[in-house]
Amino acid sequence: MKRLDCLKAIYPELDDCAVVTIMGAVAAELYSLGHRANFFYLEHAMGLASSIGLGIALSQPNRKVVVIDGDGSVLMNLGGLTTLARSRPNNLVHIVFDNETLLSVGGGAPGGYKWFTTATSTGTDLAGIAKAAGFPRAQMVRELDDFEEAALDAIRGDALSCIVAKVEAEMPKSFLMDVHMLENRFEFPRALQSKGGVN
Amino acid sequence: MPVSVANSQVVYDAMKGVGVTLVSALPETWLVHLIRMADEDPEMTLVRLAKEEEGVGVSAGAHFAGVRSAMLLQNHGFLQAINGIVGVSLLYKIPLLMLITDRGSFGEKDPWQTEGGKYTRPVLDALHIAHDDLSRPGDVQPKIAHAMTLAQSSLSPVALLLQRDLMWEEPK
Repeated sequence: MKRLDCLKAIYPELDDCAVVTIMGAVAAELYSLGHRANFFYLEHAMGLASSIGLGIALSQPNRKVVVIDGDGSVLMNLGGLTTLARSRPNNLVHIVFDNETLLSVGGGAPGGYKWFTTATSTGTDLAGIAKAAGFPRAQMVRELDDFEEAALDAIRGDALSCIVAKVEAEMPKSFLMDVHMLENRFEFPRALQSKGGVN
Repeated sequence: MPVSVANSQVVYDAMKGVGVTLVSALPETWLVHLIRMADEDPEMTLVRLAKEEEGVGVSAGAHFAGVRSAMLLQNHGFLQAINGIVGVSLLYKIPLLMLITDRGSFGEKDPWQTEGGKYTRPVLDALHIAHDDLSRPGDVQPKIAHAMTLAQSSLSPVALLLQRDLMWEEPK
């Protein structure tokens, strides 16, 4: 399963959502599908995308928040899963692309060769951890159809959800993003605070 | 417990007075009443963190969503949160109000609290984070108001260091 295909499957659903992604491949591939002002790409601070999502979800309970995370980032803030679970915002969907490697910070190489793997490559089960942390809904998917069904169900649904998608450790076609971090930082809250009727 | 309830209330009221409606926290002795006040206040959202760095993200999210927030933490919590402060608040220019109980200064009886306090101001200074002490109840409201004003205008983290004289009452 490819990350880009997963992103394509949910892209049309992200219109009114607040979307927070991690840096690197995930940000670049979502951007490649078409940037929107309601997308925030966290280009540093690995692990905190879900914490930012939590702050948004608690502050705008009527808006759906979609956090698009990665295994390397989640492993840097495992405690954050317990904070999400106990806060239990029913408007937050936590998607984790698990490529079993720290691809975007130099742990991957063209061609998918994995030389700096994460612990998910040796059996750590992030969906299991989310479930055990207290997420009402957490599942791991390996096939695109299953991802699409699970992710769309979660985005349209009404429960804190974690979907861990096992994907190939493949570099994006390009890391080019023609939106400056600060431009993104200022347009994002404007979109969140101005979209009529959503909050 | 000789933590000042009256002065905790002064701090809490000042925080609410500048529009804070979301607080993230980890407990420490001097913060117990402040955290309880946040928990008991239906107008306040209290986020119980597992580790302080998360709070930097939570506050950034709240800011994006148009909500004013604060973090309640201790010296070691601040030191723990540095990467988040640099990689989110400073890098992205996001206001962050930190209320840090400042342990380890004169009068500290707990040996384990005597190290973290030494580095809090130098680290704040190294990061060019504006900070001030809160020692007297009469100063609390204006200083918190001024700190929030600067955080919002400069889009930066600011810190108020809650001192022993304010937070602690020696048993008579």
